[in-house]
Amino acid sequence: MRRLSWLAPVLYMLFLMVPIYWLLTMSFKTTNEILGAFTLWPRNFTLDQYREILTNPVWYRGYINSIIYVSINTILSVAVALPAAYAFSRYRFLGDKHLFFWLLTNRMAPPAVFALPFFQLYSAIGLFDTHIAVALAHCLFNIPLAVWILEGFMSGVPKEVDETAYIDGYSFPRFFVKIFMPLIASGIGVAAFFCFMFSWVELLLAKTLTSVAAKPIAAIMTRTASASGYELGLLAAAGALTIVPGAIVIYFVRNYIAKGFALGRV
Amino acid sequence: MARILLDNVAHAYGPTPRGLPDYALKPLNHAWENGGAYALLGPSGCGKTTLLNIISGLITPKQGRILFDGKDVTQLPTAQRNIAQVFQFPVIYDTMTVAQNLAFPLRNRHFPAAEVSKRVSEVAQMLELTAILGKKARGLTADVKQKVSLGRGLVRPDVSAILFDEPLTVIDPHLKWQLRSQLKALHRQFDLTMIYVTHDQTEALTFADTVVVMYEGEVVQIGTPADLLERPAHTFVGYFIGSPGMNVLPADLRGNHAVIGGGYEIELDRPYREIPPGTKLEIGVRPEYVRLSSGEEGIPVAVQRVDDIGRIKVARVRLDGVHLNVVAPEDARIEGDVSRILFQSGHVHLYADGHLVGGAAS
Amino acid sequence: MDKTWNNKAWFMVLPVLVLVAFNAIIPLMTVVNYSVQETFGDNVFFFEGVKWFQQVVNSERFHAALLRQLTFTFTILAIEVPLGVAIALTMPRRGPWVSVCLVLMALPLLIPWNVVGAIWNIFALPDIGLLGRVLNGIGLDYNYTRQPEDAWFTLILMDVWHWTSLVVLLAYAGLSSIPDAFYQAAKIDGASRWAVFRYIQLPKMKRVLTIAVLLRFMDSFMIYTEPSVLTGGGPGNSTTLLSIDLVKVALGQFDLGPAAAMSIIYFLIVLLLSWIFYTLMMRNEERS
Repeated sequence: MRRLSWLAPVLYMLFLMVPIYWLLTMSFKTTNEILGAFTLWPRNFTLDQYREILTNPVWYRGYINSIIYVSINTILSVAVALPAAYAFSRYRFLGDKHLFFWLLTNRMAPPAVFALPFFQLYSAIGLFDTHIAVALAHCLFNIPLAVWILEGFMSGVPKEVDETAYIDGYSFPRFFVKIFMPLIASGIGVAAFFCFMFSWVELLLAKTLTSVAAKPIAAIMTRTASASGYELGLLAAAGALTIVPGAIVIYFVRNYIAKGFALGRV
Repeated sequence: MARILLDNVAHAYGPTPRGLPDYALKPLNHAWENGGAYALLGPSGCGKTTLLNIISGLITPKQGRILFDGKDVTQLPTAQRNIAQVFQFPVIYDTMTVAQNLAFPLRNRHFPAAEVSKRVSEVAQMLELTAILGKKARGLTADVKQKVSLGRGLVRPDVSAILFDEPLTVIDPHLKWQLRSQLKALHRQFDLTMIYVTHDQTEALTFADTVVVMYEGEVVQIGTPADLLERPAHTFVGYFIGSPGMNVLPADLRGNHAVIGGGYEIELDRPYREIPPGTKLEIGVRPEYVRLSSGEEGIPVAVQRVDDIGRIKVARVRLDGVHLNVVAPEDARIEGDVSRILFQSGHVHLYADGHLVGGAAS
Repeated sequence: MDKTWNNKAWFMVLPVLVLVAFNAIIPLMTVVNYSVQETFGDNVFFFEGVKWFQQVVNSERFHAALLRQLTFTFTILAIEVPLGVAIALTMPRRGPWVSVCLVLMALPLLIPWNVVGAIWNIFALPDIGLLGRVLNGIGLDYNYTRQPEDAWFTLILMDVWHWTSLVVLLAYAGLSSIPDAFYQAAKIDGASRWAVFRYIQLPKMKRVLTIAVLLRFMDSFMIYTEPSVLTGGGPGNSTTLLSIDLVKVALGQFDLGPAAAMSIIYFLIVLLLSWIFYTLMMRNEERS
């Protein structure tokens, strides 16, 4: 039975790849072909859609904008979440349990509810149509996520490790960076990737808070539902390209996520 | 009970070791005798945990064989080797009670329930865990958890050796000595081979009858604590053991005299044979055997500092650019910053390329 | 964990609090404001108290949407969590395949949700979609645009495809943080594979699994874009989940009142159920 255990991930990945294959073929087909007939492989293979995206500044600006605010948000979220998660994990303080749960409640409302109030808020403080606005707005749901994930991993590290380090003369910052963070590396990797992912795919707030200068790729893709109809081919190509940055991110954090398996020893 | 024999065992972590430096554990032949209390002592990275894991079966060595009482167990998995291991941090099953933890190894081997509870209560009594048998393992302190860990090893009737991998690392300092003495008492009570890995010489020297000192993947000396102090077989052993460690000075050999920097001659306890040129020659002498001279005899040194550490004073002196430590009795008066020292011959050892010349401990 | 009392820990939490509260409190106040008022235009509002809340809570339509939502959420939880954990347990730990697995499994998560809906919309069409063709080809009468059961099947399949990897990644990271010594001790103790899972892996993954369950619960409860693009809530309103219903109400009404009230009720339901989940899953932790 153990021998066949590799079958499970393989079957799962095949299952995942089929619709992705479908996406890729759609991106190389014209919209007419997509809607007109059933073909496993593009009959009229076309790069026009990709060409449009990669050459039209409106499109690739969208990608760059998305990358900018998502990166800001990811770094910001993980950075502030680390000390907070440590506090939740190691200390008790006034209101700690309530604060911890309250953080999560910010992910419990449908984003549609926030659209108008956010628009008013960020316009009022003059941040409308900036990358920073979207990066900050996404903190609403990403920071709680990062705190919860990191806290979960930190709680797996026994307090004795902290105490041993202090006895050995480590200062808190040195202990945190040199000893503690490597122990929760997989948690950091996963938290960073999820922050990136959730911010990257978030459409409503990003669309609401931007108009031209910081317009993200997700908003631009909705343009494909234009007056001339639903341009599926273009949408597919854009969709395929949006996978790339995220794939790069997880490739870079793969060692963090799997880190524990490489270490054997505390 | 088991006599564990290591026959030309060596291990490298990489897939294709080329030369000796690639080996984490260099070829080793050693017998761990029945019922012995051994310490495996050395700095981080010296290979002691590798050796321990080879004995327990968690690593299969790249070469060599391991025999338990003459039986070749090299290919046998851990569960069939009748050993128990206590790790650096407490490894217990959080969701079970203490009693269930202790019973676990027996239940996995399908022991009858009556025998399981009998052995569990015996071991609990031995380790003073009876009062908390019903408690969930999760909420216990580190030292109690380590005892439970140890208990899981003792509870099996077939266990012949217990291996300890720096088990006191996460224990509170004031509980360390308590646990150490309990371990020693347990060793006397059972007839088990115990192998205790540590980088702390105090732990090693107090626990073990025989200490195996390792350095850079190699066993450099095996002997009683006294042997290690009196006749270190390697300059590393001399430096690592003893507080402060052995003094080492570069020297040349002239018959039965060693000549150190500054041209001073030190009498050795016997004549040595000619040493091939190009060998790094040093003499080693413990601070306890260097005496401050009151009068005109002795080698002049510059006194840098005198530390008073309770029952003794340690004078740090400089001789021709080399720093030495000298142990002086509590009431010694050390005046000024120039003094003289005398080496007690008979306790001055000669080292060639780090190794003792004239053989190992007698 | 034996935590020490230290009120200075508030400083470590402060940045988080500021950033999140800034985004949460002000909009929340706006929503609450709308939910208790009525307007006839011209920015003139009348305080109406709980009239909107009563209207929503008593509406048949709301009950129906809520029921559909609960069915959907609990179904996907029952599939995605065990599946995700099982995959994580069998994934390679070391070697070149780790990268391949991690990257491939992350791909569905990275696709914008409207594109996910669009892919599956075409993919499942009975005439021009691969899935639709295959299912009809093996004899099933499958058309998700016409038959509610097929729509549900497609919706659930799409969600499983889209989100299981989240559970996988969390579970995998959780597994990787279990020190080797535990597996070594289990070998020495002669534990079976099942015992290792039950006594070492599962307990050590508990916190991470709680997060995964809560995340999937909340996100699936609020799901909007993918089902909207896939079925638009149809056929009929067979797949009109809560969010879709909410948007229909908001867009259809002249008043923001009912929509705002519905949002708040929605939020409270999610809050209550999350809190129940959280308490249940954490009940074995020490009460310090």
